[in-house]
Amino acid sequence: MKPIGRGFWRLTMALALALCLGMDAALAEYADVVLNSQAEAQGVRPVIYPHWFHRIRFRCKVCHNELGFEMKVGSNQIDMNKILDGKFCGMCHNGDIAWGTEFCDRCHSGLPGLQTGIRGGSKSTGPGEY
Amino acid sequence: MNALLKFLAVTWTVLLWSTAPVPAVAGPEKWSPLEKDGLHDPQGPAIHELQQPGEALSQMPPDSVGNQVRWVEALRKGTINPRTNILPETKIQVLDQDLIYGNTGDNWFVLFPHKAHTEWLDCANCHERIFKTKFGATGFKMMDILAGKACGQCHGAVSFPLTECRRCHSIDPGTFKGKLGAQQAAGGKP
Repeated sequence: MKPIGRGFWRLTMALALALCLGMDAALAEYADVVLNSQAEAQGVRPVIYPHWFHRIRFRCKVCHNELGFEMKVGSNQIDMNKILDGKFCGMCHNGDIAWGTEFCDRCHSGLPGLQTGIRGGSKSTGPGEY
Repeated sequence: MNALLKFLAVTWTVLLWSTAPVPAVAGPEKWSPLEKDGLHDPQGPAIHELQQPGEALSQMPPDSVGNQVRWVEALRKGTINPRTNILPETKIQVLDQDLIYGNTGDNWFVLFPHKAHTEWLDCANCHERIFKTKFGATGFKMMDILAGKACGQCHGAVSFPLTECRRCHSIDPGTFKGKLGAQQAAGGKP
């Protein structure tokens, strides 16, 4: 058997460090997204976008290809005007495919002070397959 | 210095193994309720109108990490049937082709199944922005993935996390006799 090299140990350390850093957000569901670049400044709660809820109903390609959402949180400049105009969230949240924009509090449901970003501990405390 | 690094790494690995989650007991209590997840405002007027993760995810094939759901299996078994498109003119493309990556250092080779990925994603989500279509032309390392690039744009953020080494590094180089790159016969495990 080949001896385990330096690269492996570096990787293990990096992974362990990444796990440590990720642990503070362990309660949020994996891949929950906080959007608060404008919401709170405009006087409404931050938006919580649950990936899990949406991917039960839509494949990734619907939002990340057809709707134009980039794969990194905060890359799209989205405001309510664009949504009301039928773009981004507004392609479905129009009262036809999904609930309409009159239900503000269903999306603007976050705690005050949250920073934009992707959350959710993997809830993994170690490799599941080894 | 090297010995110290090894000691720390071994300590970590043992620690991780010793606290590894017990195989799932299916039940909604595995998932945090929204009002206690540290993100939702429990005072929000619509909090009780939203679906709880435990209600939906406890019905799906269980996993020990991420959303604690085997998403690819859920799709294949028909537990869920998420929409592929909103616009009628969108072309839905699924590619049944495995790639095998060598050059994985001390770790096993990687099997990348196009099928499991294209069932969820469009070609344009990866090509050419993240990965060049020509096999081997992109050039990325595990450190890039850990830093959120290449595979790490999704794995570790929304798809199964990077603790699950063997789900990708699944080909034993000691017994693999074939050619690297695109495989003739597809249908590798997801």
